[in-house]
Order: sequence, then C-alpha cells, then structure tokens
Amino acid sequence: MTKMHIKLTVNGKPEELLAEPRELLIHVLRERLNLTGAHIGCETSHCGACTVEMNGKSVKSCTVLAAQANGAVITTIEGLSTPDALHVLQRSFREHHGLQCGYCTPGMITRAHRLLQENPAPTEEEIRFGMAGNLCRCTGYQNIVKSILAAASEINAAQEAAE
Amino acid sequence: MNDLSPSREERIANLKGLGCSRKRVEDVRFTQGKGNYVDDIKMPGMLHGDFVRSPYAHARVVSVNKEAALALPGVLAVLTAEDLAPLSLHWMPTLAGDKQMVLADGKVLFQGQEVAFVVAEDRYIAADAVELVEVEYEELPALTDPFKALESDVVLREDLAGQTAGAHGPRCHHNHIFLWEEGDREATEEVLASADVVAEEMIYYHRTHPCPLETCGTVASMDKVNGKLTVWGTFQAPHVVRTVASLLSGIEEHNIRVVSPDIGGGFGNKVGVYPGYVCSIVASIVTGRPVKWIEDRMENLMATAFARDYWMKGRIAATKEGKITGLWCHVTADHGAFDACADPTKFPAGFFHICTGSYDIPVAYVGVDGVYTNKAPGGVAYRCSFRVTEAAYFIERMIEVLAIELGMDSAELRRINFIRADQFPYHSALGWEYDSGDYHTAWDKALTAVGYAGLRREQAERVEAFKRGETRKLLGIGLTHFTEIVGAGPVKNCDILGMGMFDSCEIRIHPTGSAIARLGTISQGQGHATTFAQILASEIGLPADSITVEEGDTDTAPYGLGTYGSRSTPVAGAATAMAGRKIRAKAQMIAAWLLEVHEGDLEWDVDRFAVKGAPQRFKTMKDIAFAAYNQAIPGIEPGLEAVSYYDPPNMTYPFGAYICVMEIDADTGEHEIRQFYALDDCGTRINPMVIEGQVHGGLTEALAIAMGQEIAYDDLGNCKTGTLMDFFIPTAWETPHYTTDFTETPSPHHPIGAKGVGESPNVGGVPAFSNAVHDAFRAFGLRHAHMPHDHWRIWKIANQLGLHG
Repeated sequence: MTKMHIKLTVNGKPEELLAEPRELLIHVLRERLNLTGAHIGCETSHCGACTVEMNGKSVKSCTVLAAQANGAVITTIEGLSTPDALHVLQRSFREHHGLQCGYCTPGMITRAHRLLQENPAPTEEEIRFGMAGNLCRCTGYQNIVKSILAAASEINAAQEAAE
Repeated sequence: MNDLSPSREERIANLKGLGCSRKRVEDVRFTQGKGNYVDDIKMPGMLHGDFVRSPYAHARVVSVNKEAALALPGVLAVLTAEDLAPLSLHWMPTLAGDKQMVLADGKVLFQGQEVAFVVAEDRYIAADAVELVEVEYEELPALTDPFKALESDVVLREDLAGQTAGAHGPRCHHNHIFLWEEGDREATEEVLASADVVAEEMIYYHRTHPCPLETCGTVASMDKVNGKLTVWGTFQAPHVVRTVASLLSGIEEHNIRVVSPDIGGGFGNKVGVYPGYVCSIVASIVTGRPVKWIEDRMENLMATAFARDYWMKGRIAATKEGKITGLWCHVTADHGAFDACADPTKFPAGFFHICTGSYDIPVAYVGVDGVYTNKAPGGVAYRCSFRVTEAAYFIERMIEVLAIELGMDSAELRRINFIRADQFPYHSALGWEYDSGDYHTAWDKALTAVGYAGLRREQAERVEAFKRGETRKLLGIGLTHFTEIVGAGPVKNCDILGMGMFDSCEIRIHPTGSAIARLGTISQGQGHATTFAQILASEIGLPADSITVEEGDTDTAPYGLGTYGSRSTPVAGAATAMAGRKIRAKAQMIAAWLLEVHEGDLEWDVDRFAVKGAPQRFKTMKDIAFAAYNQAIPGIEPGLEAVSYYDPPNMTYPFGAYICVMEIDADTGEHEIRQFYALDDCGTRINPMVIEGQVHGGLTEALAIAMGQEIAYDDLGNCKTGTLMDFFIPTAWETPHYTTDFTETPSPHHPIGAKGVGESPNVGGVPAFSNAVHDAFRAFGLRHAHMPHDHWRIWKIANQLGLHG
C-alpha cells in the first residue's frame, strides 16, 4: 500500500512520518511515536480511552485516520504534565480518587482538560454531560466529577489571584 | 524524651497505616499516561496474532484453506487445530474439570469461537490475513435455551459421547454437565408441604459480561537459545498461569516467567485461560519471535468469559407471621459450549449455597444442573465471589415475593428473619460458618438514614395520585440486605487446578529503614500498592510511604493464587500482616540486644520497642533495621526478611444494607435514581477512601447489570450484543450520586479483622436496583419480572399491568 507523508505537531513537537492511508491515529501515536498514554478500549468510538486533543477539539483517535490528522496540532496526556510537576487535573484526580485501574484515565483527563477550556466553571451536571463520551468501569464517575470540579476551582482561583 | 519528640498520635499519623485515607501511590504514573499495560509492550521483532472466528454457533468445520493468507506478504504462519494436535495443545483443560478447544477441532460450538490463528508482521497485515483464510462450514442446529438443550437430540459435545459421568458426577443427558446438590432436600420439601405460606418464583439472572475497559491480551516471547519463555498478560492469577503453561507445554516451570503488568480492570474476565494465550505462546515457539495477541472489544464480548446465566426456581416457606421456615432452590445453569467456569475445583456452582443470605433459615436445599448450549464458555465471577451475586439476587428477590405473599412490609420481613448478632459464628443450613455480623444494627441505621417510614408514606400518596391521574411517575423503594462469602479459601476445601487457595507475602527490610513487600496477588485497579503498604506500616512501624509493594512477576513474587473473589485482603492481606509479625518478632530480639534487656522486658509502641516502664529507652524500627545489617548479634542471623504463606481458617462474610429510591415513568419506562444509600460492613477498614471508591464502582456495575446490560443471543446463536453500542455501560450522565456509610464488625479469624469489599456493591447493588423497579409496581400487582430492566422492559411491565389505559 502506498504510504502517505504525514506531518503532525504532537505535544508541541513537530513529527513527520509515512503512514498507510488506512492507519489510525491511535496506532501512529502509540506505536510509532511511543506515546502509549492514550489506550484502545473499543475501536468503535464508544469508550473514549483513546481521547486526545486535535486542533482544539477532543477526538477519539481510534476512529481518526492518521491521514485526516495531517497538519494537525495534537495534545495527548503526555503533553499535560511537565517533567517536574503534574498538571492540576492530574493532581486533582489523585487527590480525589478519580481513578482506579488507570486505563480510562489518560482519555478522561485529556477530555476534562478540553472541557474546562470550553467551560471554565462547569456545574456537576455539565461535567457529567461533557464527560459522557468517556467510559469508566471502576470509579462510578462520582470521584471523577469531584476531581474535575476541584481542578476547575483551583484553576479559576489561580487566575483570579493573577488578575 | 524531650518536648520536640513527636507524640504517639503524631507517630501513628506518620505511618499512614490502617484507617488512613492515604492517597494512592499508583496514581502518579497512571495520571500521566505512564502505566504499563500489555498492549504498551513493544519488543524488537514482535509479531501480531489474530483469530479467524466462527460466524456460526454450531457447525462442522469441513476445511480450512490457508493458502491465500500465507501468500500475503508479512504473514508468517496460520495455525489450526491440526498444527496444535501434535503438541496436544488443540484442546486445553478448563478450571472446571472440563476441556475446551483451543482451535476448532472438527466443529465449532459458539459464534466467535477460535478457528485459526494468524501470525503476521503487524496488526493490519494480520487482520487482512484473517479475511483471506477460507473456512468451509456445514451448519448444524443451534441450541441456545438450556431447558430445550436438555431435551434435544442434538449432541453438542461429541467428544464426550458415551461419557455418563463428568468431573462433578453423573450426566443424565448428552448436553448435561453435572447436578450439584447441597442441603437436605427431603426435610426441606416436608417443611414446604406443611408450611402456612409458600412463595414460589422463577428468577432469571441473565447472561452478562465483566467487560473491563482493557480487553484480554498477551505478549509471549520464547528465547529458543536459553530455553526461557516469558509471557506478559492480562492475568488475575499469574502464578497459576505459569503452572498451567508448564503443564501444557512441558517447559519446566523455572524456565517460564509470567508477568501481569498493569491491568486495566479485571472483574473476573481475566481469571480464565483463553485460546489467545495458548496460541501466542505456541506462535512464539514456532517463529522464535515475540508474539502479541490483543483481542478487540467484539471478541471480548463474544468469546471470553460471560457471567451469570442462571435460571433459579425458588420456593420459600414461612409461618403466617413471616418467620421463614425453609428454602428450596433449583438452578438450571447455562454454561455454554464448554464448562469453563472459574470456581474452586470442588464447587461447580461456586458458593451459590450462600443463598440463605442474611437470614436464619432452619432448613434448605439447593440443586444446580449445569447444561451445555451453543453459547460462549465462561461463567466467571463478575465482580463477585463465585456465584455469590446470583445467590444474593435470588434470596433478595424471594424475600420480596414472600413479602407480597404475606402482605407484609419487606423491611420488617427481613428484620424478623435476620441472623442475630448473638448467633455468630453462625452455621447455615447449607453448611457455611458465618464469621461475624450485626445485621440488625446495620439495617436500622440504613432505614433511619433514608427516612424509610416517610418514603413509604410518600409512595402510598404517589400511588393514590397515580390512580387519580395526577402523575405518571411511580416511586420504587429497593431494599437489600446482603451477606457475601469471600476470601477463598481454606486450602482443605478450596483449590484451583489442584493448587490450594492460600496466598503469600514476602518482606525485605532495607538497612536504612524502608522496605519492599511482594505478594502473590495482582491489582487490577484495587490499589494494592497503597493499601497493603498500610497494613504493613501498622504492623512493623515503618511509614507506608517507605514501603514498596510489588506483585505480578512470577520470577520475583512468592506463589499465590491471585486476585478475584475479593480474596486479596482476606488472604494476601492476612499473609502481609503475618509476615509483618515475623519481622517484628526478630526486631524484638535485635532491640533487646541493643538495649541490653530481656526480650520480655520490651513492649511494642507504634514504631518502636521500648523498655516496659521506661519509655525513654527505646529503639525504633528504623534503628533496628540498620542494626540488623551492621551488627554482629550473637545467635541472630544478619538481615531482616520474612515470608508468610497464609491458609485462612475460614472465609469472611462481609455484609451490607442498600436502599435505592427510584422514580419510574410508566409511559416511557425511563427511570431516575433519586437516592442510593449504601452501608457496607467489611470488617476492619484499611483505607476509607479506597473503600468508598470500590463501592461507587461496584454499584455502577450493578446499575448496568440491573438496568440494561446483557449478552443476548438470537435463536440461531448469533450474539446480539457484541459492541458497546449494544452492550450497556453507564456513562457519567446515567450514573447517580451515591451516599456511602458503614458499620465495622471485624472478622474474628483474620489477623487484622478485614473482610474485603470490592465485590459487595455489585452483590448488593443488583438486587437493590431490581427491587426498586419491582417495588414501584407492587401496588399494581407485579410479583416478578426478569432483568435487565431497560426502558423497553419496564414499559412492558407497565403495559402488562394495564397502566397504559
């Protein structure tokens, strides 16, 4: 199969690679770029374990072709923390026990990150609706919602203090 | 001691031991996407395996033509039963005393069954090659109903032809697997014949699936030069997998290393041994290269490890005042094509005979007939101890049906039949010894917390308003008081493939006063690295933050039977405490030498040994650890290590009281959970934060099962629920808010009194949700309706009761 030349910006870093036209973005991220944070849970867009951010939107990378992502700016879970510190959402998920087996967590946090860009002060109901594309089998969501609410308040408080 | 010394309370807090809501150590990795799951493993030269699966539920395999697949560039091998037969690996033993085809041997018995294994350079080529394997089938009649299967002339298991007995006794029909009985049938039937009241009902607990977010998979790597096989996989019991791999392959056990890396949820799905595991190992041996096999979601739902599928016929007898006098139950158990239930060997129906529940029932009988059908094999304990959730659902539904028969409030009916606190240890009519409990206290606390009397008044008013046409919404109050049996189990009666169900912990204290503990279990999200360190911290007085916990690598961890059936805390947790006590015993000898006193003159105080009556003279565990490595102490070996293999004297019996308040729309069948209160008593509480998280998660799995999740087949044996579009998993939007509560009745036989909690919310949650649905319609004459209670089925209940006018 003729390969396509794909250029991406992933977590701020330019990447170039050759991919088959049918190759999925999740496989490019996990197997070629070794970014194994995003996981595969269903390959049918239902579970959200593969969620990454593409051009400012949450996408399920198991049903995005690498070819569709050509030229895109992508953020994965690996792009949220710095080498020295966790992102506030990552800290908050730990603080409020928003994860157990950890398999859904990268997709969950990446989605929550986008949600808070779209709606910086969501209500519990808005979080439950905004996170409904990401399944979790362990937590029953209650502590995930709590984690996101707490992270939102922390981010907003920090911004107010800065202003 | 001067004023700057930390107080006793500060020293206890510093340990982060028992009872502390310690933040999880696992989370720093997981939140950054730095977990290491099986599909994250990448090795040089690694190949990918993929299955050709049967589209038919029952068919003869006439031929398999590999040519086109093998001609595809990048395909290395296509394995069939013929290729595995010379190695005797075309069939494998199941955990239930049956055998199962690894690859179709002459016929297929369920849709999705493994027919051929393709090995290729990458997963795309493997998937292409699967399409190129030509299999010719000759369709046979499919049996999907266990009752019909027992009457049919169609023989499913031709390999068992003429065998009138199986692993669990006589077989009465060619599609029959076993009849397993417990209790006193004659005495129970006598009680039923002369009782004031007998309530009878058929209760179906439908087929469903554990569906962890991570599917099953392996990476097998055979190094032919040094003869070592390494297998990474989604294994809830890695040590048993190693033993099975050795027995099947003939490779000596020391040459096999099995590793369970991070596991993305198990819930029973990852207890069994699947054809993919065997095929990836064989493929690695054949090719000499590492082979990865990861199933996709459809394969997971169609082929690996269903749960439940129990048809439970019940009869319960009582006096007219409501005192239960006897319980009778017969189960028709649909085991699918092979009996691959994951139960201890001697228990083909698991611990289903816990079905007398929380009640003092003088006489009881249970019979379970296992049946072959053209459905996937499995029968795993989906977030419950072996068949315990079926038992809890059965008794909690029977109580409700009996309450209807008696015209009684079911909360009161439960109360007058509970085993009293002074009856423990309690011997049940079906042979169990319940270790401890205080059901009345828990029940009263729960009823008070939700304002039970007020809810019943509101419900009565609602019924009247409904009848007057003022509302279309009904109110259901779902009650449950469950008793679990977990922590298998005493080695004398519990084993898996002959391996006694003990568990283990090995501790090494480092010279500077930190430690590593390794266990025979494996976390799949339960947070063992956090909580087992807490048990140890309280035992040996080193901070939990200074203790690393490792599991899952058979080369380093002590042998254990793994994590399922809520056995980690009851068994491995006990081993951890016992190993800790061995450390402390040696530490006491070292401290005595350092302080120049007799051992008996020392007492343990949080993190140190102090001289009795002179607390200023002490040695901390940290001091002692260093001394263990740098002092020549007469009569004492250097070092500070211990190992414990713990064989529990009994199982543990966690219990709880759950109440679900549900609004139901009679016209749409939609429901809304207004309130869910869950009181759990899991004995000593190790980490309240982790317990609460387990309860939230288990309740949500229970919600799924009760309200919509199922593995359904059509009459031809086609699986109708093979994707997450059809197989219900609640999202954050559909999941209610839960209120958790507790009482604390320690287990008298467990070293720290802990009982295990992970599965309680599923066991208790399913009847609580289901009873709420039933309760909403009780005033209109509903006795029983089968789960799952999705909108369509609830609408049908309302319709059949004539509520649609």
